[in-house]
Amino acid sequence: MTAPVTAGSPAAPPSTAHHDRATIQENTLRTDRWWVTPLLTFIGLAAFVVYGLVRAFMNKWYWAGDVHLIAPFYSPCLSQSCVSGSSHILGQPIPRLPDWLSWVSPAMMVLILPGGFRLTCYYYRKSYYRSFWFSPPACAVPDGHKTYSGETRFPLLFQNIHRYFFYGALFVGSVLTYDAFLSLSGKDGGIGLGVGSIILFINAALIWAYTLGCHSCRNIVGGRLKHFSSHPVRYWMWGKVSVLNGKHQQWAWASMVSVVLADAYVMLVASGALTDVRIFN
Amino acid sequence: MSYQGKFRVWRGDHASGELTDFTAEVNEGEVVLDVVHRLQATQAPDLAVRWNCKAGKCGSCSAEINGRPRLLCMTRMNMFTPDQVVTITPMRTFPVIKDLVTDVSFNYVKARELPAFEPPKDLAPGEYRMQQIDVERSQEFRKCIECFLCQNTCHVVRDHDENKPEFSGPRLFIRAAELDMHPLDTRDDRKETAQAEQGLGYCNITKCCTEVCPEHIKITDNAIIPMKERVVDRKYDPITWLGRKIARRDQLSNQP
Ligand code: SF4
Ligand code: SF4
Ligand code: FES
Ligand code: FES
Repeated sequence: MTAPVTAGSPAAPPSTAHHDRATIQENTLRTDRWWVTPLLTFIGLAAFVVYGLVRAFMNKWYWAGDVHLIAPFYSPCLSQSCVSGSSHILGQPIPRLPDWLSWVSPAMMVLILPGGFRLTCYYYRKSYYRSFWFSPPACAVPDGHKTYSGETRFPLLFQNIHRYFFYGALFVGSVLTYDAFLSLSGKDGGIGLGVGSIILFINAALIWAYTLGCHSCRNIVGGRLKHFSSHPVRYWMWGKVSVLNGKHQQWAWASMVSVVLADAYVMLVASGALTDVRIFN
Repeated sequence: MSYQGKFRVWRGDHASGELTDFTAEVNEGEVVLDVVHRLQATQAPDLAVRWNCKAGKCGSCSAEINGRPRLLCMTRMNMFTPDQVVTITPMRTFPVIKDLVTDVSFNYVKARELPAFEPPKDLAPGEYRMQQIDVERSQEFRKCIECFLCQNTCHVVRDHDENKPEFSGPRLFIRAAELDMHPLDTRDDRKETAQAEQGLGYCNITKCCTEVCPEHIKITDNAIIPMKERVVDRKYDPITWLGRKIARRDQLSNQP
């Protein structure tokens, strides 16, 4: 530790002026390619958003009835406008919308949950604050803004609702898992298995790894405790969640890619452009 | 194998200063601090640098090397190619005293503002008993060597000096987390203090503090985010809020 503060040393007020800093002309002296990561992040996130928007407005090709595949972006399909067969246990509680709202697809009604979950996720916040908002673009590279209040006030104060989206994400994960099991029905009844089902299972597994590694989850299952020793079960769970949490960024990207691939696969099968490769029945 | 390396070192004080070119011998196995010492010994006897242990443990030699906040004594010269110019500057966020030495008293002022450890009143020193699994989270934060590289890198104050009165910075967030997670600390208001007094909300979790910490403390994941979540527990989560009201079982207090 550096020089201890001796009792009675004057509590000089923190300096508030820039002019007593070292005068260095360059904004940053970093010589490495610090801009590569924010650039790749920008491209990756933008591609995901564009895919999501296109898909949400498409409003078709989300149910491949003969092989029982539902596209993750449209599940659960809760509206009475959903194509027949695409809704399952949750039914169709949302009535058909009036004509002037016909562009609102069933996907938009459910994407709020996973979309909000990712938007307020601590990892995604880091990635878009850096790559879209330049706040900061990289470490020791100047913030692109004149003033800064962080997450202290509206609208960014709302990032604190991440907790609720986490509860919602538990529901989404369950639905996607159910969808994967549902796809195990064969073409002529009974049990069947196709490449589509395998894709849905992999996607569900990655979504769970991302969801359960959430920082809010880590806090709720045990992180908020002061005495782990008196809560052995929660301590154990906290340990497992912490393992997933350590790779939260990787799970975020893996599950983002897998959900797009799974959705695109079902879209291609539903549109007839591709036939689901069947392993049996 | 030795070679003549090219260096640029910032020299000056709070009134003015500039990067000065040097050529100096570099030998196998050396760190940047060795070269700075060689400059002092051979070419610039009045070059100011703060150092102490040369082992990455005292936290004195913080500076910026090719724009990256680092310890001078833990940055090996073999990271650079012999023809690469190595630029050494003082930490940007703090007032400069001379050359590579800055005035880091900001951090001590902030440390003094944080309420100290408060053990139970009826426990005398020497009677403290704690289980390892209850203290291990706090122990990670005790590895801090107070180099203040995290404080220097954090854009909240690095790029916005005007936030200094409001913002304590990552080093003090790990201190707050250390005490809030401490099994024998009795203060119940550390989350509120972190939010209202330390400016926890200014942090946008972009993790630069974690990136530069020479002790590899997971500042953002293990201290800042858990503290933000604990604030949410108190202030924004109606489920836990309701639970506390109805069951009168305050699972968030010191007891669990
Ligand atoms: S994570 Fe927060 S405290 Fe750490 S450098 Fe970034 S803004 Fe500052
Ligand atoms: S937390 Fe790490 S970077 Fe910050 S002062 Fe401590 S050792 Fe240095
Ligand atoms: S999902 Fe990323 S932190 Fe919650
Ligand atoms: S001299 Fe002690 S940390 Fe570098």
